[in-house]
Amino acid sequence: MEFFLSSMSVILRGTGVTVKLTVTSLFLGAIIAVFVALAQVYGKWWLNFIATAYERVLRSIPILIIMFMIFFGLPTFGIRFDPFIAAVISLGLRSSAYQSQIFRGALLAVSEGQIMAARSLGMTGVQTFFHISFPQAVRFSIAPMTNEFTIVLKDTSIAYALGVTELLREGTYIVSTTYEPLLIYSMCAAIYFVITFGTNKFVSIMEKGFAIPGYEVRGVERG
Amino acid sequence: MKLLEVKNLKKRYKNKEVLKDISFDMDKTETLVVIGPSGTGKSTMLKCINRLVEPDGGQILLNGQDVIKARRIEKIRQRIGMVFQEFNLFNHLTVLDNVRIGPLKVKKLQKSVATELAMENLRKVGLASEAKSYPAQLSGGQKQRVGIARALAMEPDLIMFDEPTSALDPELIGEVLEVMRKLALDGMTMLIVTHEMGFVREIADRIIFMENGEIVESGTPEKIFNAPEKERTHQFLNQFTKFWREK
Ligand SMILES: Nc1ncnc2c1ncn2[C@@H]1O[C@H](COP(=O)(O)OP(=O)(O)O)[C@@H](O)[C@H]1O
Ligand SMILES: [Mg+2]
Repeated sequence: MEFFLSSMSVILRGTGVTVKLTVTSLFLGAIIAVFVALAQVYGKWWLNFIATAYERVLRSIPILIIMFMIFFGLPTFGIRFDPFIAAVISLGLRSSAYQSQIFRGALLAVSEGQIMAARSLGMTGVQTFFHISFPQAVRFSIAPMTNEFTIVLKDTSIAYALGVTELLREGTYIVSTTYEPLLIYSMCAAIYFVITFGTNKFVSIMEKGFAIPGYEVRGVERG
Repeated sequence: MKLLEVKNLKKRYKNKEVLKDISFDMDKTETLVVIGPSGTGKSTMLKCINRLVEPDGGQILLNGQDVIKARRIEKIRQRIGMVFQEFNLFNHLTVLDNVRIGPLKVKKLQKSVATELAMENLRKVGLASEAKSYPAQLSGGQKQRVGIARALAMEPDLIMFDEPTSALDPELIGEVLEVMRKLALDGMTMLIVTHEMGFVREIADRIIFMENGEIVESGTPEKIFNAPEKERTHQFLNQFTKFWREK
């Protein structure tokens, strides 16, 4: 029993790291994503080109390679990160590529007519963005962001390879002392499931709270 | 001084000349109606007047002020209201906020003043009771009346209507025309594109018949409907009367 409790506390510590990795990476990704989407939707052709290249390249590389390049590759130029930071940067960059497409689609889902109406009132481009486009685009982004959250959450387990002591690594550590792989890994799986399920529920409640009455929120899927 | 003067307005898309050489003017309180087949450049013309579309040539004067040369077009747009065929209400805002956002954010009026102004104009279009609703909860006719209130709340010198009833079910057209009729009587200056010929005949001070990017002829409703100079005008209007007879 005592053994079980100590295992539990190790696993919970790992869960804490996993959640921190997920949230920080998503946050970093969201900030970059807004700029990438803005460049793609409103930027001059060359800005659009750079943003699109960034997004396509990051979407095409396995996350493990991104992590290895940042953690093992960058020290060649004297740039060193500890494993947690390297994992956040990798997951964040990769997620920014996907989130930018969610936000880009959401911005484009705001009808041209509304933009024209805003301009006809005398709003500047910046006012139109902040009062009309952005608030609607954020709403359109909520549903597809649930999906992105789930993907990043699961991909944090790859930070294992850099030695980040997240949920999976802590689980593996316990397995090495208990020889109960099925039990321990099942517990890890259950924790991922509970977090995903709980978050999905939470987001769908939030989505209803933010919904525009009478208006069906259209979303954009990760593709 | 004329309220609006349009001189030799030109616009082309790629190799298509959409507006060839449009000239007309409007007096204060005048109701000027533009009719003509679709694809003729009517919407393009309206959008050129507040430069939602950049004209390629010509001159536009609003109260004598050059619109095309204006450095801050936003200042001029505040004085030209626009009502759209597809309403184009802001979906995420309540009816009140749709109408209030212009006075509040563009004119930067105090919130209480902007609210009062918005409510006053909602009363004018008979929708004060829907202030808290969202656009998606309204009928098409109500949406368009909010669109009109939104334009009115900026207290513009001129309101342009681009086929304001074309997207409406027939039974909802009346309520919108009723509001426009009232505005005309109140002395609002209105530039209207519409196919509602009965309404045109009743409220137009002057009519412009446009085709293929050109003004074919213009004049009073009596002249245009009863004694048009050009055969083309006659043919165009005939389609409508024939259509009515068939109905
Ligand atoms: N953004 C655009 N790009 C290219 N062609 C356009 C554009 N907008 C309008 N046109 C063309 O200009 C012509 C006039 O259109 P429009 O002003 O909408 O006519 P109307 O309002 O009289 O029906 C049409 O042939 C249309 O296809
Ligand atoms: Mg049109």
